[in-house]
Amino acid sequence: MRQPLSDEKGEMKSLHMLEVKDIHKSYGSCEVLKGISFTVDKEETKVIIGTSGTGKSTLLKCINQIDPPDKGEVWLEGEELTNPSVDLNRIRQKIGFVFQDFNLFNHLTALQNVSIGLEKVKKVDKEKAREKAMKELRSVGLEKQARQYPAQLSGGQKQRVGIARALAMDPAIILFDEPTSALDPELIGDVLDVMKNLAGKVAMLIVTHEMGFARNVADEIIFMEGGKIIESGSPEQMFNNANKERTRQFLGKIATLYGKE
Amino acid sequence: MILLGINNLLNNLPFLFEGLGITIVLTLISVALATLFGILLAMGRCYARQPLPFIIYIYEKIFRGLPLLVIFFLIYFGLSQQGIHIKAFYAAVIGLVLHSTAYQIQIFRSAIHAVPEGQKTAAMSLGMSKLKTIYYIIMPQVLRFSIPGWSNEFTILLKDSSIAFSIGVVELMARGDAINSMNPDGILYVLLFIAFLYFILVFSINRGLNYLEKRYRISGYAATSVR
Repeated sequence: MRQPLSDEKGEMKSLHMLEVKDIHKSYGSCEVLKGISFTVDKEETKVIIGTSGTGKSTLLKCINQIDPPDKGEVWLEGEELTNPSVDLNRIRQKIGFVFQDFNLFNHLTALQNVSIGLEKVKKVDKEKAREKAMKELRSVGLEKQARQYPAQLSGGQKQRVGIARALAMDPAIILFDEPTSALDPELIGDVLDVMKNLAGKVAMLIVTHEMGFARNVADEIIFMEGGKIIESGSPEQMFNNANKERTRQFLGKIATLYGKE
Repeated sequence: MILLGINNLLNNLPFLFEGLGITIVLTLISVALATLFGILLAMGRCYARQPLPFIIYIYEKIFRGLPLLVIFFLIYFGLSQQGIHIKAFYAAVIGLVLHSTAYQIQIFRSAIHAVPEGQKTAAMSLGMSKLKTIYYIIMPQVLRFSIPGWSNEFTILLKDSSIAFSIGVVELMARGDAINSMNPDGILYVLLFIAFLYFILVFSINRGLNYLEKRYRISGYAATSVR
């Protein structure tokens, strides 16, 4: 695990780039998140795993305040996002979001999808925005598809455009919500390769069921169940030496499903 | 007999074409206003805070439930009795706009719902405000989705404008009626000619909008390529 950065400079209120403190979230009488706390440091990669329906996606939406938590605090680079007076439109520019079902803008080309945030939110001049967008598309291997519309792209290509769209905003952190769940095994590889290349360059918080990826790329793995964090630790610890019985059970099941590496 | 009828028609052509002009102006003003209000109120129904959506809903229910003729008579004769005198032409515009807006809200509302919710989330995640999201992401797609339904409403409004003759607007239909009362023998030819003019107008509107629909179609996007 990397050391926390930037505390030496002393310019940030929180020692960590992203700090989530005791998040609670309910829908009606159903409490989905029951007090989640963790931190992500600069350029760190954290992977959240757990069974479906344990609130992993809800947690991500609580972080960028698309679906604000009922209780608890979220801090990013020393600013409290859960404070009602904060300008969320400004903060969200620093938080990239990659969706399970891509959510590309269907009426825009791949290039426009990547550049629209720069043009309309960051007010970057159109030509420069397109240039930067092209650079990001190139970095995910899609420069040839720049002029195609989402409906003309494969699932894997769509998701890579989604990643390029997030990257173009120069975010402090990117949240990934099961980015490969809608893809077939061949396309998953392309997307995971792009994400592997990003590891260590930008902070990432990734909800995924790709255990091989989690094991190889994550600095830390967080195991969630029933709206709580059961255990977290380095991949070695989680896969080989987990403290909690439930963690061993969950990861053991995956090992029997896919075979040990 | 036939010659007389055609002669009667030819003599009255300038008079009829003037009426056609009024029909076109009446339609264009009404359709423009009704579209503007239709889009705004559809947005209001989808995105505004209560009680606005409920009020819009009630308006919609009322005006979709009334025959246009009743609306015209209420505005022109009903209000006049209360001392509010509106010129026939403006009364017709108000009536057509009230009527058509109620229908257009439905058209635009269904188009708004056709834009996947996730795109709104994605736009806001980029840091777009609600207004920017509507303007740059939702609206461009809504307008495309609504062309088929809207072109229907456009032509319906054009044809409905003929009812304005009942409150004395001297548009195409009223002029035909005036010619016919002076010279009842030519009635068939005059009416056929009027029908022909309406048909040509509707036909050209549909053609033009069809072109627009194709021109602005989103490449490979199923929702607009299915017919």
